[in-house]
Amino acid sequence: MSEEFLVKKILPEGDVPKPPKLFQFGRLILSNRKFLVGLILIIGLAIGSSIGSAHLPYDPIKFNIIDKFSNPSAKYWFGTDNFGRDIFSRVVMGAPMTMILGISAVFITLIISVPLGLFTGFWGGRTDEALMRINDAFIAIPSLFMALLLISARSSLEQYFKLPTTWWFDPYPIMAIGFTMAPRATRVIRSAAIHLKNEEFVHAAVARGESSLYIVFNEILPNVWPTIIVEGGIRISYAIIMGATLSFLGLGASPPAPAWGLMIYEAKNFLYSSPWLLVFPSIALSFMIVSFNLFGDGLRDILDPRTRRASLLE
Amino acid sequence: MKAILRILPKRIAIIIFTLWLISIFIFGITQALPGDAAFMVLGQWANDEALSILRLEMGLDRPLATQYVDWLSNFIRGDFGKSLAMHLPVKPILMGRLINSLQLGVLAFLQIAFVGIILGVICGIKKDSWFDHVTSTFGFIGVSIPEFVSGSLLILLFSGTIWRIFPAGGHVPLSEGLWPWLSRLILPSITLNLVLLAYVMRMTRSSLIEVFRSNYIRTARLKGLDEKRVVFVHALRNALIPTATLLANNFGWLMGGIVVVEMVFAYPGLGRMTILSIQKRDIPMVQASILLVAIIYILANLIADLLYMILDPRTRQSSK
Repeated sequence: MSEEFLVKKILPEGDVPKPPKLFQFGRLILSNRKFLVGLILIIGLAIGSSIGSAHLPYDPIKFNIIDKFSNPSAKYWFGTDNFGRDIFSRVVMGAPMTMILGISAVFITLIISVPLGLFTGFWGGRTDEALMRINDAFIAIPSLFMALLLISARSSLEQYFKLPTTWWFDPYPIMAIGFTMAPRATRVIRSAAIHLKNEEFVHAAVARGESSLYIVFNEILPNVWPTIIVEGGIRISYAIIMGATLSFLGLGASPPAPAWGLMIYEAKNFLYSSPWLLVFPSIALSFMIVSFNLFGDGLRDILDPRTRRASLLE
Repeated sequence: MKAILRILPKRIAIIIFTLWLISIFIFGITQALPGDAAFMVLGQWANDEALSILRLEMGLDRPLATQYVDWLSNFIRGDFGKSLAMHLPVKPILMGRLINSLQLGVLAFLQIAFVGIILGVICGIKKDSWFDHVTSTFGFIGVSIPEFVSGSLLILLFSGTIWRIFPAGGHVPLSEGLWPWLSRLILPSITLNLVLLAYVMRMTRSSLIEVFRSNYIRTARLKGLDEKRVVFVHALRNALIPTATLLANNFGWLMGGIVVVEMVFAYPGLGRMTILSIQKRDIPMVQASILLVAIIYILANLIADLLYMILDPRTRQSSK
């Protein structure tokens, strides 16, 4: 994406940016700087959590019953949980896990939805109609139900298709979330491809007798990159929310993983006696989602300013 | 109206086809759940002989296609089967839960509509004021907090040691008094709102600003009409069309988001029922409840589309 293009999109003619005032802080965040702020926060989180998780003060999964339910103190910054595990170490360790989950789920979504959306959009006709009906059927199941159904078939899948799983990395929820988001992303990418289908350069390529494989990857794909990037950028925070929600419902990460959703679920039993168990992972999770939302929203404003989708929620 | 009647048969045909595909998917994936129905009924200590007898009785030895056709035709006739975990017919349980969920959903929906539109209108009129910026910033944070986090924090704040105002969860029917009923619905419905509220607000705000720029509003102002009349009579009527569509479109989403809220507040609704059934591998319950949710979701979207066509005359020509 050329810089000139970006500048043109950010600053439409006649719109002179005003100098920021203090009360415009909200506007500052919510306008074009969203992307920048989001990106800085994400990079900060990535660097901070990778350094932090290499130098944790305590083992995030090791029990230490003597010190259970310690209040936040100089020894345990965020306190300890019912097994005496240090909440600070667990929260820090949760950050890279959450980011890996969000980004790899989006990666799976795009691997499925980009080829599917581009080819169905380009081909049109019966194949497109049939595939889109199936796609719509998947969309008609609310995302969370869909993810729950997929994840609940996990142990059957494991019998045939065993993936490496460690306490800090579990590929099955990531796959479930990736599949769940794919039909909606396919719709968006397909409609971008349909818009391009009637462009002259595509007609020219068809007239030259190029194969549809060539046209899709060499003519259409380079022109739908903005849509794909926006789609991916926005969905990272959905994936993080969905992953945390699945863990909260007891169907995502499994103990003793320091996944934030799971920590919040475990904290609910000690809500009144040890509220810090709830508060710290909640702040961490919300902070990360804010960062990715800023990033994704800003990305959309920059690359795809005309799209104002009615529902940003799914 | 004519246009709507013209497209309706096709839309209904598509919906029926979509639901059929969904039913195949739901049936397929519930078959893939570990352990079959007979196993669930008898538990893990059952011997093979008892299992095979029960499988024969339940018809689980028949081909999958036959079982599917049987299940679907029963569902269409209104027979949702029998719960494996509760040993009771699924339908009355599910309908009771559905009514509970609808109470929560409708209450949350009304809150979103009122609060979201009012805040959106204020922000639209006082564009770029401090109120606008503060509301937008809070809205953005609201979008970014998952329901289970905000719900848990609300419980901590309002039903715990700090302010003990509302019960932490559960459900009491309306017949036992207005406050016991309402007090248990307030925190869940606020939790459900937080995400959607910001969208409704931003949509109302931006469409109101757009309408303000239009020629007919300029005309109305130049005619010397009272500003209140311009806003509330001329501008708002058109500015609310996208908001109405957004609201209608997201009623289905609300039914999905309700799952988490019901889990957080231990509210006996359809969503919680579904999760517990998935955990218990109560296959007939899972199948029926997810199909029911899909039906509600699709119908809500259909109503949203029709509403949009009624409200916005421009779409009537193009939707042939």
